[in-house]
Amino acid sequence: MTTPVEQERTQPEAIGEEIAAEDRPWQTVVWNDPVNLMSYVTYVFQKLFGFSRDKATKLMLDVHHKGKAIVTSGTKDKVEADVAKLHAAGLWATMQRAS
Amino acid sequence: MKRWIRDGDVVIGRLDRQEAAVVRGLVSQIQDMLLARAEEAPQDELAELTGIRTGPSEAPDDPILGRLLPDFHRLDDDAPDPDEVNSAAALRSLHEPELLDHKTGAAEIVLQTCSPDGGEIRLSIGEAEAWLASLNDVRLALGTALDVTEDMPDELPPEDPRSPHLGVYHWLTWVQDTLVEAMMP
Repeated sequence: MTTPVEQERTQPEAIGEEIAAEDRPWQTVVWNDPVNLMSYVTYVFQKLFGFSRDKATKLMLDVHHKGKAIVTSGTKDKVEADVAKLHAAGLWATMQRAS
Repeated sequence: MKRWIRDGDVVIGRLDRQEAAVVRGLVSQIQDMLLARAEEAPQDELAELTGIRTGPSEAPDDPILGRLLPDFHRLDDDAPDPDEVNSAAALRSLHEPELLDHKTGAAEIVLQTCSPDGGEIRLSIGEAEAWLASLNDVRLALGTALDVTEDMPDELPPEDPRSPHLGVYHWLTWVQDTLVEAMMP
């Protein structure tokens, strides 16, 4: 993403990891790309998933610094719908089975 | 272009004639590419009967279309998992028609609300969201064509053939960024 922000990074893995994997069999992954604006990615996370500004910003920074972030998880249908919404917004998103 | 401002349920911007021509030209080009892709969708009687449309199962060869219409799984370039390849094909076929509708529809809203003469642009929140998505698609397309990287300089050496286009890209980045700012909840 563009407009890099310097930030100390100490947070562990993405949100949702504390929930048992068997209850959340699929994950929505957003990947970093050099075009999408950091402000826009934060806006999309807030708008599509109803995340707070803080949570959306944290996930955006995970995408930016780590190259990817798991933004939602759940049933295959839910995650598939989330990926489709992210594609409509122009983000690079994929789905994967929780490991 | 002045930065976008939000006044209640209205988002207001202003483009001069030349800026409007740039926006309209690029948005039209992307819309044409997406409509051409939609034309490639397989036509079958079953789909007409059930009303369930199916798109192509293969990702586009063109890198710009490929970026606008990504796969549902991250496939390993060298040794993709066969199950994921099949699943990605099925999911693309299922979702691509709707995605194409969404993107061409957003482009249409930009073309309807951006006068070729330029001037003030007054958008509803829904229209502003369409502008955001469409400007983003244009930047994704230009960014792919220009091979933009994270540390792209503001200007390239004059001998670089991409040099004149990079200014347009950066300008669109600014237009989109100020629109995000105006729309941010």
